[in-house]
Amino acid sequence: MDRCRVLVPSGVLGSGCPAEALERGISLQPHAIAVDAGSTDSGPHYLGAGVSKMTRKAIKRDLRDLMLARDKLGIPVLVGSCGTSGTDSGVDWTADICREIAAEEGLTLNLGLIYSEQDRANLVQKLDAGRITALPPMEALTGGDLDACSHIVALLGYEPFAEAVKRGADVILAGRATDTAVLAAVPLMNGFSAAQCWHAAKIAECGGLCTDNTRRGGVLIDIGHDDFIVDPLHPTNTCSVRSVSAHLLYENSDPYRLTEPGVVLDASQAKYQQIDERRVRVTGSSFEQKPYTMKLEGSGPTGFRTMVFVGISDPKLLARLDEWLGSLENHLRSGIGSVLGYRDSDYVMDIRAYGWNALRINAAPPSVERPLETGIMVLVQADEQAKATEIAKYCNPYLLHYPLDPSDPLPSFAFPFSPAEVEMGQAYAFRLNHVVHVDDPLELVRMKFEALSNGGRDAKA
Amino acid sequence: MPKLEDVARYVRSKNAGPFWVTIDVFCADDDAYARLKQAPLLTPRGVAAVYSVDADIVKIFHDDPLRVIKISFPRPIIQGSLKDTDSHAGQYFVALLGRDIHDAPDA
Repeated sequence: MDRCRVLVPSGVLGSGCPAEALERGISLQPHAIAVDAGSTDSGPHYLGAGVSKMTRKAIKRDLRDLMLARDKLGIPVLVGSCGTSGTDSGVDWTADICREIAAEEGLTLNLGLIYSEQDRANLVQKLDAGRITALPPMEALTGGDLDACSHIVALLGYEPFAEAVKRGADVILAGRATDTAVLAAVPLMNGFSAAQCWHAAKIAECGGLCTDNTRRGGVLIDIGHDDFIVDPLHPTNTCSVRSVSAHLLYENSDPYRLTEPGVVLDASQAKYQQIDERRVRVTGSSFEQKPYTMKLEGSGPTGFRTMVFVGISDPKLLARLDEWLGSLENHLRSGIGSVLGYRDSDYVMDIRAYGWNALRINAAPPSVERPLETGIMVLVQADEQAKATEIAKYCNPYLLHYPLDPSDPLPSFAFPFSPAEVEMGQAYAFRLNHVVHVDDPLELVRMKFEALSNGGRDAKA
Repeated sequence: MPKLEDVARYVRSKNAGPFWVTIDVFCADDDAYARLKQAPLLTPRGVAAVYSVDADIVKIFHDDPLRVIKISFPRPIIQGSLKDTDSHAGQYFVALLGRDIHDAPDA
């Protein structure tokens, strides 16, 4: 094989790829279609609760397009980090959608499922054997950190995808994987250099984000033995040296050295060259082998939250907003203690004045005299939803009526809805930023294969 | 006093995983890029002082072809925690905008 082409329809499954972009991609005869379906980007809720950020309908629309394209070309479709966080439930949820599409379209295919959610007891053994190490800025892991997680996933390298392709899977739905592993798997298993494959995958991991028009679908990466070419899928889209090279900056803490399972990509000497008005060729990246590690992600519950939000635009109050906020908070905390009987350690309350440094960008007070209006958010967290809501309800009349001066006739502020309290459910926190050392890339991975024939199901292994 | 917002063409910030934030400072021309490469504000010590983090862990990269200065450091408040007001760290860069580029307050 001289070159290996991977069609990357979008940066994330469910965000859509315009039909003309996908059609052009198919016409370029790719060897695989690969797309990532997840991220930790949207916070700890999705992994902690094991639910998808994308809607089922959006996933189904995209997956249908890719499964139909695959059927036409006879090439594998690889999807990583199913269900946003790549838990087992995320893989199963996506597999159900896939079976439904196969039935509706009468497709025959081998479905490969790769699971990377981790068993706590197994990780404790790894921890005891000194096989789990922290990434900065985290401290060394303890068993308690593992216990605090409701879900733990290990980020897959390319090897499990390659194994599933070798075993005949046509549609591969995987748990949490590095964005790049999904895209690099087919070229790597066909003998292309790690330098080209990982760098190309890194450039294409967010789909069209490395192009000049990020809303016209993804890209095709055309990988050779000494170079790779980035080709935007849409007939009217373009890539420039700038759009391609600048992508390494995006949400990477180090733009030149990128760590993947078993390998570090060094893109610091890469050369970017415009080869025509649409495409960019990249050469000169290199890589180093390193011991094989898989990054761990874990998220667990921290309590339940209830939120109240009120708007204020009275100029007299806004001129003395900090004073009012201080007085209000003291009054609320005192009543939560004396009336509800809760100690300070029973709850956490955060009061934020949107429009008045709620984001706490600067420690110093804002330099403007007063805001035009402010939205006061009171966020309460406690160990039970009912308790968080009880505290929020106690705050309600004061958020509606708390006067600036005790002698003021009763003021009223602007609640946007009734009830004013919004129950936010369980809150989660990320607990892990560690890697686990493994001897075999498949050691922590489970696979299942299933033959779908006109939508009918028949477990193969 | 030249402020960062007057010298840079565009500044943005973004989470880089749940525990890190990264800030990209884009420059319109070589002159602005050269000035900001030298600017005390955009050194580990300058950045550490603004964000109350340890200077030893602040990483600074200079991308000459793109004329970009990239700054990465652990988020002082972890993404998704109760006190987190900016999940994607998208507004973290604002704290640098109004500062004098010659500033490097004691960390």
